[in-house]
Amino acid sequence: MPNMSLKKNEMPSQEPDVRNKNFKEVALGYTPEQAVDEAKRCLNCKNRPCVSGCPVNIAIPDFIQHMAKGEFEAAYQVIARSSALPAVCGRVCPQESQCEKLCVRGVKGEPVAIGRLERFAADWHNAHSTEAPQRPASNGKKVAIIGSGPSGLTCAGDLARLGYEVTVFEALHTAGGVLVYGIPEFRLPKAIVQKEIDGLKAMGVKIETNMVIGRALSIDELLADGFEAVFIGSGAGLPRFMNIPGENLKGVYSANEFLTRVNLMKAYLPGSDTPVQYAKRVAVVGGGNVAMDAARCAKRLGAEEVYIVYRRSEAELPARAEEVEHAKEEGVVFKLLNNPTQILGDETGSVKGMECLEMELGEPDASGRRRPVEKPGSEFVLDVDCVIMAIGTSPNPLIKSTTEGLETQKWGGIVVNEETGLTSRPNVYAGGDAVTGAATVILAMGAGKTAARAIHEQLKG
Amino acid sequence: MYRIVKKKPLNPTVTLMEVEAPAVARKAQPGQFIILRVDEAGERIPLTVADYDRERGTVTIIFQIVGATTEKLNHRAEGDFIQDFVGPLGVPTHTEGLKKVAVVGGGVGCAIAYPVAKKLHGQGCEVHSIVGFRSKELVILEEEFAAASAKLCRMSDDGSWGEKGLVTDALRRLIESGEQYDRVIAIGPLIMMKFVCQLTKEFGVPTTVSMNPIMIDGTGMCGGCRLSLIQDGRRVTKFACVDGPDFDGHQVDFDEAMARGAMYRDFERHAHEEACNLFKEVESRA
Repeated sequence: MPNMSLKKNEMPSQEPDVRNKNFKEVALGYTPEQAVDEAKRCLNCKNRPCVSGCPVNIAIPDFIQHMAKGEFEAAYQVIARSSALPAVCGRVCPQESQCEKLCVRGVKGEPVAIGRLERFAADWHNAHSTEAPQRPASNGKKVAIIGSGPSGLTCAGDLARLGYEVTVFEALHTAGGVLVYGIPEFRLPKAIVQKEIDGLKAMGVKIETNMVIGRALSIDELLADGFEAVFIGSGAGLPRFMNIPGENLKGVYSANEFLTRVNLMKAYLPGSDTPVQYAKRVAVVGGGNVAMDAARCAKRLGAEEVYIVYRRSEAELPARAEEVEHAKEEGVVFKLLNNPTQILGDETGSVKGMECLEMELGEPDASGRRRPVEKPGSEFVLDVDCVIMAIGTSPNPLIKSTTEGLETQKWGGIVVNEETGLTSRPNVYAGGDAVTGAATVILAMGAGKTAARAIHEQLKG
Repeated sequence: MYRIVKKKPLNPTVTLMEVEAPAVARKAQPGQFIILRVDEAGERIPLTVADYDRERGTVTIIFQIVGATTEKLNHRAEGDFIQDFVGPLGVPTHTEGLKKVAVVGGGVGCAIAYPVAKKLHGQGCEVHSIVGFRSKELVILEEEFAAASAKLCRMSDDGSWGEKGLVTDALRRLIESGEQYDRVIAIGPLIMMKFVCQLTKEFGVPTTVSMNPIMIDGTGMCGGCRLSLIQDGRRVTKFACVDGPDFDGHQVDFDEAMARGAMYRDFERHAHEEACNLFKEVESRA
C-alpha cells in the first residue's frame, strides 16, 4: 500500500541556533524507517515524469521501489548506474526544480522526497558496502579530463567504466573542484566528496593534482601525448565585481576567495595556516546559492550580523528555497531591494560601511524578471566591516588563450555542440560552468555524461 | 610531493631552494611564479621562479623568511619534501626587442630581477643593474648580477656595501647622465617600485614592475590578488595571477596595493611568532 500522506517525511537536522556555530552537516539524513516510509509515497506511476526531470536520467521509481522494500544497497546500485556522485547529488541538487517538480504526488500535496531518498541510499552504501568497485578491463585508449569538479568527475567515471584510461588534471592541490573549495562542509562534508573520488580511483582513474592546463601543459600537448580525447571541465573562473568605489578595500572578498579560505584551506580550524577575517558585521552581495553559502559561513565564523544584500525581491532570489530558509533560520538578515553604491573605508584602508540605495521593481527585463529601479535619494549606510561579493564569475581565459582554434562566446564560455559537448576543435569536448557560466552541480554532471557518451561513440571504432 | 634537492642560505633571512618539479621546470620562464604549500595544514603562497633547469627537472626559488609559512619552509632540509608545488603561473616577463634596459632590484626582489637580467643579457641586450640592500649582510646574487650586466650599481641603506643611498638615487644619476633606456624593470618592495615609477614617469621611461600580492589559488579563481591600474583616468581591476604579475608601473595604484598587502599582518605576525616558538621548543628538546 502506498503511503498517501500529503507531506514529505521531514529530514532531521541540527537546530538552527546550534548549527550556526559549527561547520558540521546541517541535515542529518533519514533513519531507515523514515526512508522506507517516504519511499512508500511513490506511486511507481507509468509515466515516470521524474526521470525526465533528472539531468542524468536516474531510474528514480526503480530505486525508490527497492527503498520501499528496505533493499537499500540495490537502490544504490540503480542510482550508481546513472550517477557518478550519488551522495553529492542527494545533498546539493535542486530537486525541487527538477525530478521532484514533475512528481505526480506534487499535484496535490508535496512530491516524494527523491533527493532525501537518494542521499539515504548513497550514505547507506558508503557506510555498509565493503565491496571495492570493479576495475574494468582497459581498452587501451587514453582520455584526459581537465578539472576535477562535478562535470570532470562524471565524465571520468563514465569513461572509466567503459574501460578508458582516464587521467584527470586538477589545478588545485585537492580534487573535487567546487565541491571542495566552494560548497561548505555543513552542506556537503568533504569526506563524502573524498569517498566518491576514492571510488573513481579504485576504478582506475588517475588524478594529477597541481597541474594547471594552459600553463604546465597545453591541450595540444595532451593530444600529442597520446590522449585521444580531451574533456574541458575547468569550471567558472574569474570572480565578478560590481565596479563600485571601495571594492579593493581590505575586508572586501569575492565569494570564491572567502569560500576557498574557509572550505578548501580550512581557515576556521585552529591548525590551519591560512588566515581569514573574523568580521563582526558582514554584507554578502548577491542572492544565489553561493551568496547563501558565504553568508552562512560568515555566521559560523562568529559574525554578529550577516546581511544578504540583493537588488531584487525575495521572489527573484536565484538561490534554492531551502538554502534561503536555512540561512534565515540561522539568523542571516535579508536586505532585499537594496543595491550597493559604494564601500566606505577607514584611514587604514579597511571596510567601515557600505552605502546602498533602495530599489523598487519595474517592468520585466530580458531575463523575464522584473527590473529593479533605483529610488532616488534613498541612500543609507549599512554598518559592516566586511563585504563579500557573490555576483557570479566570468570564464577563466587561460585555456582559451592557450588553445588555438577553440571557439568561445563573446562572454568567454566555450562553444559546444549541445548534443555531444564537442568544441570547435576535433577530439576536444567541454562541459559544465566553462560552457554555461555559473550553474548547478547536476547540470555540470549532465554535461560530463553527455560528453562521455560522445567520446565513447567517437573512439570505440 | 616535491623533493628539495638543494638548499643554501644566501643571507641570514634569505634562502635558496632547488626543488624537483619537472612539469614546472619544463615550461617555466623568467617573471613567472609558482604556488607552494609546505604541508597539509599549510597555506598556499606564491613565490617567483628564480631559476630552472629543464634537464634536471628542477625549479629554484629564493625566499625571505617573513612569516609562519616561510619559517616552516626554511626548516625543511635538502632531501625533504614540500607538499605541493604548482606552476608555472602568470605571464612571463616580456623581453622581446629590448636593446637597453635598467634592471632595478631591491632586497629579496633581486632574486626575481636576476633571471630577467640574465635573460636580457643572454639575448644581447645591454643591461644596467641597480641593486639595493639594507646592509652588507643582506646582499645576494652579487656575482650573478655582475656577470649579467654591462654596468652594476651597488647601493645600501647604511653604506656598508657599495654606495650609501637608494636605488632611485643611482637610477636618477644614470638617466640624468644621458643613458637612454628602452625600459626600466623594477622588482622589490612596493615602496621602492612606487618611487622608481615616480622617477621614470618624470623622464618618460616605460617601466615594468612585478607585483606579488596575497594569493590563494593563483589560477584566476579567487580574485584575492586584485590590484588597480589607472588607465586614462579610469580605475581598472586586474588579477596579478593571470593578468600579471608584471604590470605597467606607471599605471599601478601602489598605495592601494600596500594597504591590501597588510590585510593579514597581525595574523601573520602572530603565526610567525608561534611557528618560531614551536621550532625553538623542538630544537631545545633535541
